[in-house]
Amino acid sequence: SSGINAEWPLRPGVKVRVRPDQLGVVTDGVKHSMNPFDENAVEEAVRMKQKKIVKEIIAVSCGPTQSQETIRTALAMGADRGIHVEVPKGTEADLQPLAVAKIFAKLIEKEQPDVVILGKQAIDDDANQTTQLLAGLVDWPQGTMASALEHSDGQLKITREIDGGLEDIKVKLPAIISADLRLNEPRYATLPNIMKAKKKKIEKLSPGDLGVDIAPRLTVKKVVDPPVRQAGDKVPDVATLLDKLKKKKVPTATLR
Amino acid sequence: SSGINAEWPLRPGEHDGANVNPATLNTVTAATKLGGSVHAIVAGDSCVEAGNNTAKIPGIEKVFVAESPALKGQIAESVVQVLLDIQSKNNYTHILANGTVFGKNILPRMGAKLDVAPISDIIGVESDSTFVRTIYAGNAIQTVESSDPVKLITVRGTAFEASPADGGSAATENVSSDINNDKSEYIEAKLSKSDRPELASANIVISGGRGLKNGENFEMLYELADKMGAAVGASRAAVDAGYVPSDLQVGQTGKMVAPDLYIAVGISGAIQHLAGMKDSKTIVAINKDAEAPIFQVSDIGLVDDLFKAVPEMIAGIEQQ
Repeated sequence: SSGINAEWPLRPGVKVRVRPDQLGVVTDGVKHSMNPFDENAVEEAVRMKQKKIVKEIIAVSCGPTQSQETIRTALAMGADRGIHVEVPKGTEADLQPLAVAKIFAKLIEKEQPDVVILGKQAIDDDANQTTQLLAGLVDWPQGTMASALEHSDGQLKITREIDGGLEDIKVKLPAIISADLRLNEPRYATLPNIMKAKKKKIEKLSPGDLGVDIAPRLTVKKVVDPPVRQAGDKVPDVATLLDKLKKKKVPTATLR
Repeated sequence: SSGINAEWPLRPGEHDGANVNPATLNTVTAATKLGGSVHAIVAGDSCVEAGNNTAKIPGIEKVFVAESPALKGQIAESVVQVLLDIQSKNNYTHILANGTVFGKNILPRMGAKLDVAPISDIIGVESDSTFVRTIYAGNAIQTVESSDPVKLITVRGTAFEASPADGGSAATENVSSDINNDKSEYIEAKLSKSDRPELASANIVISGGRGLKNGENFEMLYELADKMGAAVGASRAAVDAGYVPSDLQVGQTGKMVAPDLYIAVGISGAIQHLAGMKDSKTIVAINKDAEAPIFQVSDIGLVDDLFKAVPEMIAGIEQQ
């Protein structure tokens, strides 16, 4: 079976506002949705089930009550059942990658999956850590930034997007994968499937039930706005543009 | 004291295991801000030359060279074993890696083994336990404090000056660790071949977006880049559409760049793209849509058809 992590950050494109107390970002009343990379992770799991590489898909979300919505979306896309590890509302910003990884490590013990797929990074904290942390905790091989997966004989060949291009590695199952954007094109949940998903089970657990201490290790001291970049002038043509660049003395051999 | 993991060379055609990723120079600067002595670790199946080149970076006192067939492709499961071995013998207070795919792949796995919360992609050092980083695609800046006994940090290269590459003379020490990894295997890399500057460290970057319409049209950007000694980047839209390979992607989930000059051609300027380039010194935007968000951050904006403007730029530069 395979497990996927579905996260619940602010919807992409939503304007981010720093809180007046400068300890975080305003999330109350702001639209949330499934982390885009997690959509790729769910989609890949569904495809693996269609190819009969896995028999069952469990969708997992760690967060406040509302993050169940992402599990419902995953169930509508094709996951079989869900696990919601709930934390009190308002504390979700304190749930850091190491804690999430530890929760997942316990779920791995409980559910014994063959593959765990997560999104490469959450678009709120941009950490890109959970997959690697989890793989280290359970000592499984990792395939991060995966843009293609090929299964054969208890192994996965993974194409990864790396700094200079692409890289192929092979891992023995069980393994932990992080999905990159180009892994697949996530499907839209159809209305009939959304209705069917309401009947699928979501188990609710707390970190305490799993024996995990989720106390944050990193203390946020301050959150502030970035420096604002003022718009400059528009130029009427290329000649003026080149002239301005020359005046800016951009270090280049050809603009003299 | 701190240890840093130095990277495998990025470009094919140069000697494998010879040159160190330029981002390492920025990470060295970050490491030296912490005070104390700085050591480096180079790992791979053939990396003695990389070790020697790392030893030339001023500020580094010692370079561990871990060479073994098991470290081919610097596969994470094996590299982490070596790092743990070295850490157990040296007890570094800080372990840093470049904020590249390489560093991000390896450091958190090590964090799990040490039970430490890694800190990703720092842009500032406030003290030996307090660091600055961005969240929400750079829409907010966060200062975090770690109370872990070892700080595991990946460093955003564009936020720190590059240290010189020469002038140092660190001692090198060969290490041979017991590596047991039957779970993963490196097959091969398919790297983009280019004589152009490294995207993440180039002085000038010319990026193309969906406005280019296809991969062939990127040829004129390559031509302009060659005239200017620039690197070529792309928006996610251009990569998703298959115009260019993924390693050209600039943005929240791609590369962070901060060149002296960033020219955005046919790029609308979505927040996720801005996250990857808004620290550039001078931003030029060329787009036929006067309302494109990119013009809100550009220093010089040209509302024009790129298929007319780019050839004009090439001709204009040629005339000099």
